[in-house]
Amino acid sequence: MKILVTVAEVATVDDEFEIDGTEIADQYLNADLNEWDDYAIEEAVQLQEGGVADEVVTVTIGPEESEQTIRQALAKGADRAIRVWDESLEGVDLLDVRAKTEILKAVVAEEEPDLILSGVQTGDDSWMATGVSLAESLDFQWSAVVNDLDHDLEDGTASVRRELEGGVEELSEVDLPAVLTIQTGINEPRYASLRGIRQAQRKPLDAKTLDDIGVDAGVVDGSLELTDMYEPESESDATVWEGSAEETAGELAEMLREKGVTA
Amino acid sequence: MTDVLAIADHRRGELRPVSYELATAGRELADETGGDLHLAVISGAVDEFGEKLAREGVDVVHTVADGEEFNHDVYVQAIEQLVDTIDPQYVLVPNSVNGLDYAPAVAGRLDLSIVTDVVDLAVDGDSLIATREMYGGKVETTTELDAGTALATIREGEWPEAEGTADASIEAFDAEIDEDAVGSTVTGFEEVAGGDVDISEADLLVSIGRGIEEEENLDLIRDLVDALDATLSSSRPIVDNGWLPANRQVGQSGKVVTPDVYIAIGISGAVQHVAGMKGSDTIVAINTDPNAPIMDIADYAIHDDLFDVVPALIEEFQ
Ligand SMILES: Cc1cc2nc3c(=O)[nH]c(=O)nc-3n(C[C@H](O)[C@H](O)[C@H](O)COP(=O)(O)OP(=O)(O)OC[C@H]3O[C@@H](n4cnc5c(N)ncnc54)[C@H](O)[C@@H]3O)c2cc1C
Repeated sequence: MKILVTVAEVATVDDEFEIDGTEIADQYLNADLNEWDDYAIEEAVQLQEGGVADEVVTVTIGPEESEQTIRQALAKGADRAIRVWDESLEGVDLLDVRAKTEILKAVVAEEEPDLILSGVQTGDDSWMATGVSLAESLDFQWSAVVNDLDHDLEDGTASVRRELEGGVEELSEVDLPAVLTIQTGINEPRYASLRGIRQAQRKPLDAKTLDDIGVDAGVVDGSLELTDMYEPESESDATVWEGSAEETAGELAEMLREKGVTA
Repeated sequence: MTDVLAIADHRRGELRPVSYELATAGRELADETGGDLHLAVISGAVDEFGEKLAREGVDVVHTVADGEEFNHDVYVQAIEQLVDTIDPQYVLVPNSVNGLDYAPAVAGRLDLSIVTDVVDLAVDGDSLIATREMYGGKVETTTELDAGTALATIREGEWPEAEGTADASIEAFDAEIDEDAVGSTVTGFEEVAGGDVDISEADLLVSIGRGIEEEENLDLIRDLVDALDATLSSSRPIVDNGWLPANRQVGQSGKVVTPDVYIAIGISGAVQHVAGMKGSDTIVAINTDPNAPIMDIADYAIHDDLFDVVPALIEEFQ
C-alpha cells in the first residue's frame, strides 16, 4: 500500500509585527512544518513501520525555500517528496481550494496512492477544506478530523474515529482509497534522529512545475481575492497589571483573595 | 438566483445552536441579495427539527428525511439536489466538524467557490465579502469572491441565534439518495474525557498552554494549583503531547467550563479554546504577548513571562 501525505510549510508570526498591504511583512514571519501535517506524517510512517504501507510519499505546493520543511518530513521517515511550484504561483496571496485541489489531484494521478493523509488545517490560513475537496475530486472516500485510525486496513476499509465537538467521537468505517484529514493528538510525532536527518539529504525530492504535471496555469486565478488584512480592533477591556513579576503577582493575589481564595 | 440556502446542524437527536445562528446569518445575507432564506435539515427527526427551525427570518424549511445520523455522502447528495431545485446564490454551512466533512465536497461537486470559518459576511454588487481570521486570530482579513454562487462556512458563536417563530412553510424535500455512492458508515459514538476530575465543576481553574514548553515545567503549575487549592486544566497541545489526560482539556473538542475564575497561563486564546471558557466569570491571562487573542476576553492581564509571574504568585500564597 502506498500513502501520500500532503505537507505544507506554514508561517508563524512574531509577537510584534507589521502588515504590509495584504501580507505580514516578511521579517516577522517564520517558516515551520504545519503542526497538523506533522501528525499526518507520523501516522503514515507508523503504518509503514507496521508493515501496512510500502511507501510514504509527501507532496507540497511550495517554493524552493520550503524544501527545508520538506526535508524534515523526509528525516522523520517519508521515502520521497514531490514539490510543485510554478512562476504563476509566485506572489499569490491566497491560493483557493479549487486550485490546490487541481494541483494535488494531478500528483495523485501520477502516484496512485491507496491512502492520502492530510492535516485538518494549516496553522496560518486555517482553511480546513483541501483534504475533503481533494477526495471529492478524485472520487475517493474521505473522513474529516480523524483522531484515531485502526492500522488494520487489510479488507480495504479504514476504521476511524472522528473528533466532534464537546468530547464526543464518532466511529466510522471508510472504504479505501480515501483521504483522511488528521487531527493533532492522534499520535506522538517523533523528532527526526540525526541519522534520519542525514538520510533525508539523499532521499529523492522532485520539483515539478504545473506544466510537468499537466495542470493549466489558469487554475491559479481563482475567484477569490484577499483584499484586506488588518489587526483586529482590540475588544480588550482588561485591567492590565504592570510592574515587576512580584508586583503583578501581588495584584493578582489580591484579586483572588477578594474572590475568596484563601488557600 | 438571489436566495440563500443554509444547512442546519444536528447530532444524536438534537439541533445544535449554530443552526439558529445560521438562520440569523442567512437572513442578513438574504436581505442584501433581496432573496428568500431557505433552511434545510437533513437526516434524523426532521419533522420535529423542521418545526423548531421555523424561526424569525426563515422563509422556507426543507426537511430531507433520509438517514438517521450524519453521513456526509447523504448530505452531499441531498444538498446537490436542493441547490438544483432552489438555485440559491449563496449556500451557508456551519464551520462545525461535520460541516467541514461535507462543505468542501459540495463546493467541489457543484463547482462553487468556498470560503471557510467566516466571522462576517457582506454583499457588494456581485461579490461576496467574507471576513476571516488568519494566524490564529492575530490578523483579520477580507476575502472577495467574485463568483456568482458561493458557499461559506460560518464560525459558531459569531451571529446571534434567531428567535421567535415565523410562518415559514415547512416542506418535505424528496431527495434521491444513491446508496451505492455512500462509502462510509457511522458505527457509533463515544464520549471521551471522563475520569477522575470534572473540570466543569471547578470554581477556580488554573489552565496551562503551550507557553509551558516542557513537560517538567508542569510541576511549577502543579505547585500553583496546590497553593491556590485550584483545579488544573489546559489547552489542547498539552493533552496532545500526553502531558495531561483528555479530561483536563478546555475547548471546542474538550470541556466547556464556567468557573468563577479562569487563569489562562501561556495560552494564546485560539477560537477553539475560547469556545470552552468564554463563559467564565473572571478571566485572567498571563502571557508574554500583549496582542494574544486571549486578551480580548480577559478581565485582568499580566503581559509577562509565566516563569517569573507564577513563582511570585506561589510565594504570595505560602
Ligand atoms: C478541530 C479543532 C479542534 C480544536 N479543539 C481545541 C480545544 O478543544 N481546546 C484547545 O485548547 N485547542 C483546540 N484546538 C487547537 C487550537 O486551534 C490551538 O492550536 C490551541 O488552542 C493552541 O493552544 P495554546 O494556546 O496552548 O498554544 P499556542 O497557540 O502556541 O499559544 C502559546 C501562548 O503562550 C505564550 N507564551 C509562550 N511562552 C510564554 C511564557 N514564557 N510566559 C507567558 N506566555 C508565554 C505565547 O505568547 C502564546 O500566546 C483545536 C483545533 C482544531 C482544528
